Amino acid sequence: MISGQELITIVNVGLIFGIAAVGIYITFRTVNFADLTCDGSFVTGAAISSMLIKSGGNPYIAMAASLLAGGLSGAVTGFLNVKLKITDLLAGIVVAFMLYSVNLRIMNDSPNITFIDDITIFTNNNLSVTVLVILMPLVLGLIFLLSSGFGLKLRATGYNKKFASTSGINVGAMTVAGVVISNALVAFAGSLFSQYQGFCDISQGTGTLVTGLTAVVLGEKILPFKKAPLAILSCMLGAVLYRTVIYIALHSNTFGIRTQDLNLITGIVIILTIIIKRKREQNA
Amino acid sequence: MLSLSNVSVRNTLNDLTLTVKSDEFVLIVGANGAGKTTLFNVISGEIKPRSGKILFKNMDITDTPQHKRTKWIASVLQDPRLGTVGEMTILENLSLAYIRNGYKKLTGSTIAFFKDKLRILEMNLENRLYEQTRNLSGGQRQALSLIMATITDYDLLLLDEITASLDPKNSSMVMKIAEKIVALEKKACMLITHNTKHIESFGSRILEMRNGGLVQVS
Repeated sequence: MISGQELITIVNVGLIFGIAAVGIYITFRTVNFADLTCDGSFVTGAAISSMLIKSGGNPYIAMAASLLAGGLSGAVTGFLNVKLKITDLLAGIVVAFMLYSVNLRIMNDSPNITFIDDITIFTNNNLSVTVLVILMPLVLGLIFLLSSGFGLKLRATGYNKKFASTSGINVGAMTVAGVVISNALVAFAGSLFSQYQGFCDISQGTGTLVTGLTAVVLGEKILPFKKAPLAILSCMLGAVLYRTVIYIALHSNTFGIRTQDLNLITGIVIILTIIIKRKREQNA
Repeated sequence: MLSLSNVSVRNTLNDLTLTVKSDEFVLIVGANGAGKTTLFNVISGEIKPRSGKILFKNMDITDTPQHKRTKWIASVLQDPRLGTVGEMTILENLSLAYIRNGYKKLTGSTIAFFKDKLRILEMNLENRLYEQTRNLSGGQRQALSLIMATITDYDLLLLDEITASLDPKNSSMVMKIAEKIVALEKKACMLITHNTKHIESFGSRILEMRNGGLVQVS
């Protein structure tokens, strides 16, 4: 059904989206902030990288720029929530909405950019090796970050704000930090994905949140790590699994599913997983 | 050490003035809704008073945010679920309390130190460091909160009806632990209570909250 080569591609793309899923894990699960900025910041990451790479820039510097830009968009969302007291949902929606204009500006008013012929990190490099080389330090760094004292404070903020503030934790600063890290990761994933595809599209980010969250929920099902640092691995695995399921669904003629049905299937998957999870918890 | 002068909070505190010395034990009593918890919230920094001044060790801390005041002011709240993070292990909870005044490295000797602290409770919690706090009973969680509040340096301990949500047996156990810790630490402590037994056992200075101010009872 799936050839070896196809499977390798699916796993690699899954891992790239896994980075975005980890970002979503950090907002939704760690600091308990329902952040919708990611649909915009994913494109911001892709757009900045694409422009830099198209103008002959170093792809690694382009990735760093995406990381920073994503962090900056997260900082705006965090600021709106913490300082201006706008609810997390609305703050994220507004920033994602505004990022649409910003992204078009970055992309020089063009809704898509192609840079297939330019040098990206995947040019002359083996896909799997490149993904692993980037992923390993990133995952290890995140595991270290979440197990540190900072990580403890970040998690305490998400679990129990009242406890956090009586324990000397600057709840506002921790919330902003969580949203910044999350969107930096999402934009980073955006950069990698656009480089892998060789193009960037203004609507590329639509659904980042839902697919990322699906990956998080699926990952929690398969590898139910209670420890936050290890949960990063669950997110990665969840993203790969999600990609595989979608690939099989779209490429099998038996179900009569077409590409257009992707959002419908994703939605059903996430709803089912949440219902099953709740039923299990009630029975436990 | 702590002094509040003419502190007012909308609808509750009214020109309240209070001084607490550095080794004093102060009991706060008063009817429900009299503003006892509000007074603690003003001291801990959770609520900003509408007017008045708060001095701590001769520093004006009226505008100091809550998370910075925790260097001097430790609190244990009414609800045990708020004093500990249920989704985290006992060790993680203790670590969080331990780094309250700034990051410190956690080593083997830190864990030994945590275990020593937990032994004070005589609840065998020192052997359950890697268990989630949500598995503990309300009394155990409240006892752990007491250890956490006092695990790093502080000058003033605020205990806000710490036994209110516990059954009588757990309640007297937690209160005994509180007495033990207060006696060991010899630091300033303020306790809100409804229980007349506490008033007898802790003695010292008793203030009643009335009409948004404090009245000396004994």
